[in-house]
Amino acid sequence: MQQVTRILLLLILALVYTGCGNGEERESAPARDEAPELTQFELEHGIGPVTERLDIGDINVERARRGAEVFDLRCTACHRMGRRFVGPPLGEITEARSHEFIINFILNPEEMTNRHPVGQALLQEYMTIMPYQNVSKEQAIEIVDFLRYYAETGEDLRD
Amino acid sequence: MAQQTTIWKITSLLLGLGLLAMIMYGCPSQTGMLDTREAAQKVYVAPGEYDEYYAFFSGGYSGQLSVWGLPSARMFRNIPVFSQDPESGYGYSEETKPLLMTSYGFIPWDDSHHPDFSHTDGMPDGRWIFINGNNTPRVARIDLTTFETVEILELPNTGGNHASTFVTENTEYIIGATRFSIPYEMDKDVSIDSYKENFDGSLSFIAVDPESGEMSMDFQIIMPPYHYDLGRAGKGPSADWAFFTTYNTEQAHTLLEIYASEFDKDYVVAVNWRKAQEYVREGRARTVPAKYYHNLKDKNTGIAVSTVHDEVLLLDPKDAPDMIYFMPTPKSPHGVDIDPTGEYIVAGGKLATVIPVHSFSRMLEAIGNEAFEEVINGIPVLEYEATIIGEVENPGLGPLHTEFDGDGNAYTSVYISSEIVKWSLETFEVTDRIDAYYSIGHLMITGGDTPNPDRKYMVGLTKTARDRFLPTGPKQLHPAQLYDISGDRMELLLDFPTIGEPHYAQAIRADIIKPNVKQIYDLDDNNHPHAVKRPRDARVERDGDVVRVYMTNIRSHFTPDNIEGIRVGDTVYFHLTNIEQDWDMVHGFAIKGANSGEVLIAPGETKTIVWHPQRTGIYPFYCTAFCSALHQEMQGYVRVSAADSNVPLTWRTGDE
Repeated sequence: MQQVTRILLLLILALVYTGCGNGEERESAPARDEAPELTQFELEHGIGPVTERLDIGDINVERARRGAEVFDLRCTACHRMGRRFVGPPLGEITEARSHEFIINFILNPEEMTNRHPVGQALLQEYMTIMPYQNVSKEQAIEIVDFLRYYAETGEDLRD
Repeated sequence: MAQQTTIWKITSLLLGLGLLAMIMYGCPSQTGMLDTREAAQKVYVAPGEYDEYYAFFSGGYSGQLSVWGLPSARMFRNIPVFSQDPESGYGYSEETKPLLMTSYGFIPWDDSHHPDFSHTDGMPDGRWIFINGNNTPRVARIDLTTFETVEILELPNTGGNHASTFVTENTEYIIGATRFSIPYEMDKDVSIDSYKENFDGSLSFIAVDPESGEMSMDFQIIMPPYHYDLGRAGKGPSADWAFFTTYNTEQAHTLLEIYASEFDKDYVVAVNWRKAQEYVREGRARTVPAKYYHNLKDKNTGIAVSTVHDEVLLLDPKDAPDMIYFMPTPKSPHGVDIDPTGEYIVAGGKLATVIPVHSFSRMLEAIGNEAFEEVINGIPVLEYEATIIGEVENPGLGPLHTEFDGDGNAYTSVYISSEIVKWSLETFEVTDRIDAYYSIGHLMITGGDTPNPDRKYMVGLTKTARDRFLPTGPKQLHPAQLYDISGDRMELLLDFPTIGEPHYAQAIRADIIKPNVKQIYDLDDNNHPHAVKRPRDARVERDGDVVRVYMTNIRSHFTPDNIEGIRVGDTVYFHLTNIEQDWDMVHGFAIKGANSGEVLIAPGETKTIVWHPQRTGIYPFYCTAFCSALHQEMQGYVRVSAADSNVPLTWRTGDE
């Protein structure tokens, strides 16, 4: 009987002690916040500042020349037209991707690499994230014209 | 069985005692924690949140300026100023080396004491912060859009620029002074015993261009051979004046510890700088020879350029009446601090038994009434009783510096008794005191030296940590303490180790600086003559023994990354341009055997490091800043051949 009393007393004490926890228990292995699923527009035209179709008109050669200058400064460390370098070849990119997709990739490379399935696949292949190069939206459109002009005529306006 | 019973008894007794203790004092983790928790909450800045203030602590003998957040006391950056920094390459790169030039040659160290902001209407405007170099007298300007040292001006005819940098109401002038009197003509070779005949004091007034911030030595005032310790610019009604403390009016030149402590009073110097400026513009100053350097980072190229000056304008008080006065004050004063209204001038007589408070308006009256005790070298000495308005009794031993909270309270650091005393500007009575850990020098209240202080935080800058932190040997970092001064009583919130030996500090509301901080250097504005902005312009050029490598950096390669045709005995300049345009994407560069630091290159910037290869072989170079997943791949090789080899100069990246 004495033994039972002792055990009961111990149980009570144990309860009192464990009542002094260190605050709330952490949830085990918290999941990272799930990003919202991509919209159909984002899947097709990329994630970024451009959220609707742009009407940039036909190729404007003057604009393409300005694009050649920007491309030379901000892109050629990693891109070539006809072959793979640090990043993918861009000679025919305007035929594979929409203007909005290209502009979003230039303006928002980190999110495009982290969240967009095409960006994720490119990272798997090229192993490096495209740097943000502080190119304006206007300049990105100029680059698209430069790339369109190359794709159409085969002429590199940097030369 | 008996043994088992004993164990039960002991266990029960222990648990019972524990229960009793718990009932009496609560759960153990909370015991005695209440005050600490309150203090912790006041300094806790949650992850991702920002501090309310930027604070800038001088580095003292580190020659640097460290940047902190208040109230968290997190350190953001340590800015090299009068020092070489192997981490960033400051003082090692060709662009920054000229900043450390003086008339005594390249001096990569100094003792930085007192930072002060540029001011507009008396308030810090967040454009620049200035700091003095005490030893080889200099003043530096740090640009608060980039947090980098952009200018250093040497002070001629000065022995220890301690009373500096203190900035006038609208940044018209930064003041400076000689701490150690020396012959004004710096290279004069005389006997030290001829101190009284041959030695002089000098005060300096450094003009600041309101647009560019560029500093220039406008004029100096020659003074009796006392020691000029600290200074302050006036404010409000006293804004046209600057004040300095003197000690060693005894004019001792050996064992100053004894011989410079004999007199009961020394002086506070009051200078009407606006009148002095008028006299200088009227041509009353003499042009005298003086050799000093002015080093300025060119905004377009990013390269610092040194200019050597050979004369300075000198004003003698004998030729400049009604401009400068001595106010006697007890005894070997250290700090001189002006209250937010500009009316009270508080001196910290480190050997005095009271804190003397002088009145600016009474000073003007005394000048009007010519209440002079005597005239020294054309400088009238006002009567003590005519300028004094209060003496704070029982301030502790060794009062040094005073700051203000804008609600009529003053806070004085007291070195020997290691405490801060709070006193009333109305009654001049001590109302509170709190310990400092240990041996406090300056103290700093958020805005406490401005016309409009924020009565929030006070930092005590103390000289020795002793047992405050885990010990790190005979020499430990200097500590600082953070106090809450918003209530009636001062409360200690935190103490933390600092960098170097902070003397004075400054704080500014973060929202004044933060919106203007640059994230990149714009490549379009980079006009460095050796910049290479497009990889196809990357190249290597030889001109005799001088080889220049024009190299770009971007995640994750150098262009070029294979170089051959370098010879033993060449001088090789690596001109590195970081062509990234993304915030905080820094690349570093180091090559085996280079006798210098690395260089860190901010986005859009061009930096140059020089290398003298002395042995043949293959030399790897690499990016020292972990820049991307392929950072380990960001490397290259230089082949060094014998001095007489004819290996052609070639370079490439990849197969191009």
